[in-house]
Amino acid sequence: MEFKFHVEGGDFTSAGTASSQIKKVLKQINIDPIIIKRVVVALYEAEVNIVAHAHHGDIKVKITPQQVYIRLDDEGPGIENVEKAMQKGFSTASSKVREMGFGAGMGLPNIKENADIFTVRSEVGKGTTLEITISTVNNG
Amino acid sequence: MTVEQISQQLNLTVFGGNKGLNTEITGGYTSDLLSDVMGFAAVGSVWITLQTHKNVMAIASLKDLAAIVLVKGFTPDPDTLAQANEEGIPILGSKEQSFELSAKIYNLLN
Repeated sequence: MEFKFHVEGGDFTSAGTASSQIKKVLKQINIDPIIIKRVVVALYEAEVNIVAHAHHGDIKVKITPQQVYIRLDDEGPGIENVEKAMQKGFSTASSKVREMGFGAGMGLPNIKENADIFTVRSEVGKGTTLEITISTVNNG
Repeated sequence: MTVEQISQQLNLTVFGGNKGLNTEITGGYTSDLLSDVMGFAAVGSVWITLQTHKNVMAIASLKDLAAIVLVKGFTPDPDTLAQANEEGIPILGSKEQSFELSAKIYNLLN
């Protein structure tokens, strides 16, 4: 199964749309609730990152019997220092975004903690690609 | 203890999401950072916060939280309230600040 979503930068009212849809699908196909939670947290954070930082982005979610694979491609400012961005508490979010309770420097660390495989590729001035893989088979 | 019981005992305002008033509360989480709640709040928790915008409902729904309580007399934004009603997740309010309210809810639950 494959799903695609488009996300507009700055559109906070629809942040969470992709996560919510994917949560429903995973529930319907009886995926372990613990796995669903991990997918939802990772996808939500990645969605919010596009809304908070990028101009726009596209999300692709591919669900196979073994795993959930999520790819997010955005066009935006990119990440200058990926290593720093992965640190808890580091944030470049605007004051408006922070006032809403986002931008606490927890997004990428939250994704990392919930993903089995997580890669970030970014080019400053162009955009960022995240790939998140979460296994749905119980491998301890 | 259900959302309704806590609401009655602490004299909370029920803004909306009444369909979920019978939901059992299993714990609580107090935070105004959305990623903190997203990462760490447990299913069935009541979330105590001063954030009033629509994204709080997205998080409450995604994390299967029992209810949201807004502190210090804050009221939900209209689109927040609309989503609370749609999802059936109660959004409540209190005049008290987070510390006091958290303590009272903690005492009721423990």
